[in-house]
Amino acid sequence: MGRLEFDVAHLLAGGLVLMSFMLLYQDRLFALLNVFALQAVVLALSVSWQAYVQGAPHLYVTAAIALVFKAIVIPVALHRIIVRLGIHREVENVVGVGPTMLAGMGLVALSMVVMLRVTADAYPLAREDLAFALSVVLLGLLMMVTRNNAVSQIVGFMSLENGLILAATGAKGMPLVVEISVAFSVLIAFIVIGTLLFRIRERFDTVDADALDRFRGGQR
Amino acid sequence: MTVFPTDGVTLILAIPAASAALLGLLPGYRLSARLNVLACLLTFLAALSLFIEKPAPGPFILIDDLNIVFIVLNTFVGFTTSVFSASYIAHELETGRLTPLHLRFYHAMYQALLFSMNLALVANNIGLMWVAIEMATLTTVLMVGIYRTHEAIEAAWKYFILGSVGIALALFGTILVYMAARPAVGEGLDGMVWTVLMARVAAFDPALLNVAFVFLMLGYGTKVGLVPLHAWLPDAHAEGPTPISAVLSGLLLNVALYAVLRFKLLLAANPGAIAPGPLMATLGLVSLIFAGFMLYKRRDIKRMFAYSSIEHMGIIAFAFGMGGPLANFAGLLHMTMHSLTKSAIFFAVGHIAQVTGTQKIADIRGLTASHPELGWSLVIGVVAIGGMPPFGIFMSEFLVVSSTFAREPLLAIPLVGGLLIAFGALFFHLQRLAFGAPSARSVPAPTSRQASHLPMIAHFALVLMAGLYLPPPLVAWFQHVAGLLG
Repeated sequence: MGRLEFDVAHLLAGGLVLMSFMLLYQDRLFALLNVFALQAVVLALSVSWQAYVQGAPHLYVTAAIALVFKAIVIPVALHRIIVRLGIHREVENVVGVGPTMLAGMGLVALSMVVMLRVTADAYPLAREDLAFALSVVLLGLLMMVTRNNAVSQIVGFMSLENGLILAATGAKGMPLVVEISVAFSVLIAFIVIGTLLFRIRERFDTVDADALDRFRGGQR
Repeated sequence: MTVFPTDGVTLILAIPAASAALLGLLPGYRLSARLNVLACLLTFLAALSLFIEKPAPGPFILIDDLNIVFIVLNTFVGFTTSVFSASYIAHELETGRLTPLHLRFYHAMYQALLFSMNLALVANNIGLMWVAIEMATLTTVLMVGIYRTHEAIEAAWKYFILGSVGIALALFGTILVYMAARPAVGEGLDGMVWTVLMARVAAFDPALLNVAFVFLMLGYGTKVGLVPLHAWLPDAHAEGPTPISAVLSGLLLNVALYAVLRFKLLLAANPGAIAPGPLMATLGLVSLIFAGFMLYKRRDIKRMFAYSSIEHMGIIAFAFGMGGPLANFAGLLHMTMHSLTKSAIFFAVGHIAQVTGTQKIADIRGLTASHPELGWSLVIGVVAIGGMPPFGIFMSEFLVVSSTFAREPLLAIPLVGGLLIAFGALFFHLQRLAFGAPSARSVPAPTSRQASHLPMIAHFALVLMAGLYLPPPLVAWFQHVAGLLG
């Protein structure tokens, strides 16, 4: 494997982690969606680079799905939902930006330590990709934990899925079944979220998960 | 090698899939409720045919002695729940909690859920199994939210978020298993096929397998409802329609557990990997004790039995974690008994909530006086689930405890403690629910007379029979499977 192939793949995977960090501190919903769309574009580039390097044309399909659904369709739809719900105010973080970023760095360090150690004798490209992918997954989880707002939780979940797709494409020769199913399940997940959101819209004027909690009352 | 064998397996997948499409299109809930029952019955019969003729494993489908037990149990409880569901939804329609349009959706989703659970059980491919479990999660999310009340939406949202995170972690674990298998098995489809993985697992990289198992255990463990990943479970059980609570508790938790068991087998066959047992046993024990304490303070009757499910999944995970022929046998028996008993309890609770018009424990009093049939069914159910003789759960819990005493006497102390705590909590609530002066709020519902108690009675009869006398062929089968589980 040439030096260039490795460097480009590394650059793109690292870019995904960087985008995940940018997602962590966005405090406006529209900016959040823009960064998410950018992350999806980087993912599409990264997947197509893998397709080229591995000589696996079916990965281009995955890249196209990432580009069309995640970079265009979903951000546009979420944009509309936000406008219709009238919630283009600031995103409230439960934890401040500083501690969140520190926690994020800790998670990236953790995933590097774990993955690079256990995959010592694996194919080097897959090895680095896996470490980056785990970082993206953990950062997505962190984002879901630190946000109250349903829309930003959805974005957090989708960036987590981006990490999974990075891992799946990095694993050389992984059967197509899985990639398509991942993309497909994201689509289904989005429909579910959509219906949930509409139902929430019917009943409440907020999609803040904290507000949902209050309705439980003494049922517990 | 054909991709999809044409026989019982095709039928248990094709019947629910076709009925999901059909029931989604048909108006008229009476007809679709009957068709729903019919489809479930046919699926159950097709599952029984697997005992007679077992298809050869293909790249996607595998039927072996382990998953046959799960499939037959799955389709049987699916069938009895559909009978219960027919009488349950008639009442929901009368009271206006559901509209005919909702019911079309409900029936289609019910069959889609059965399809995805069957698919997860017969899958010979770790990727396919993951897809099926994800599908099962999504269909149940939609059904939990079907009442569209504040609580139902909140429960569905919580279930969706936690379920998806669990599923995502499981996918990461699945990818890691493939990575570990690739050097030994080669690229492509073979790297995800159970039978191939099991045959060559000894050559896999143990470090990678260890990390993969942690992700898989956390991911699928979320779906099993093991503490501390259980937060979605009580809400989802309490706010959805009761037939769904029965299916969630009786079946979906088992399907997720089946996935964990398969990966445990994989790890056990690799000499360098960590022993997966202690991790499972610890999570199981923690779940048992935590749920036991949580049972005391429940105010909602369905939420209470949901915590009881966490408790029993804990016992089952503990038994399989201990391993060995006796503990595995006890785990399998306990899983079967728990599915039957817990779904029967939910059948009773569903009718109780309908005739009293509430799920609050404080508002339900003296059921044995006001509604003798339901009241005594609840008493029988709680006696059975609490592990009293002569019911089957007594026997399986006894086996779990005695096998633990024989091998790790120290672990038996928290185990017995947890069982007693949970037992005390259930009887503490039961005594007020079932005995004493009936509450004024109870109103006889118009359909309560036609309500079908047959599924409930059938389940209790089976559990009682298992407690008194287990047929030797069944014992032999379970022993054989327990041996396979290592």
